[in-house]
Amino acid sequence: MSKVTQTNSIENVVVIATEGYLNKDLGEEIQQIAQKHIDEGSKIFLINLKDSKIVNSIGASILIELIEQLQDIDGQLVFCDLAPIIEKTFKIMGLTKYCTVYPSQEEAIKELS
Amino acid sequence: MNKAPTVELKLPILKNMELVATQTSEVVSKHMSLTDEQSGEISMALIEACINAFEHSETKNEVYIHFIISDDELTIKVIDKGKGFDASKIKIPEIENKINTNERKRGWGLMLIKELMDSVDFESDHTGTTLTMVKKKDNNE
Repeated sequence: MSKVTQTNSIENVVVIATEGYLNKDLGEEIQQIAQKHIDEGSKIFLINLKDSKIVNSIGASILIELIEQLQDIDGQLVFCDLAPIIEKTFKIMGLTKYCTVYPSQEEAIKELS
Repeated sequence: MNKAPTVELKLPILKNMELVATQTSEVVSKHMSLTDEQSGEISMALIEACINAFEHSETKNEVYIHFIISDDELTIKVIDKGKGFDASKIKIPEIENKINTNERKRGWGLMLIKELMDSVDFESDHTGTTLTMVKKKDNNE
């Protein structure tokens, strides 16, 4: 089962944590939650993928749409706790040119807030 | 000459069925003493190959996966009986061309497979496609 397990705002950062396969369904769930927070004025999003060990390119493509959307409002998307194969996949696709990857949520929050 | 040990899977076209293939590839990778990094790369490539077979081949039939084990490499064949595809029409995706443009955000599968595996080959015609990908056990890249 893939799902968003937690969404909370820490300082000015919206943290979205997931578990399971980052596929189309989970990508869309992330996007819907992010949209709600964008509508409320949030601009910085941290996706914590600690409990998602596998991804597919469709899920990752939905994150590209979110990067694009955040660029339009001078926002930012970052990731933390990526499994090595997810980080490699994001690097091959070029997502890491647009999104910083942090080793942990704590380090990301410290840097962003 | 002995036939190479082969694990064969037959996957129905059902949601997330590619994960069955990755579970099998993890067992095979462990059997062959591949590294965790190699095993992850194989799983990721396999997911993309299955999605291509499920979605783009438009087949209504099962997809077959053969894991052919040898001492120095793992060969994986993903076989569908779909409509086939023309490789010359596949563009190499670049994120710069996808962000802030109308270009569709998808279309990464074949590129990922090529980046993650040591060799990739395919035969395709109107009766189906066989994608063959190889991960070498010792890769000094």
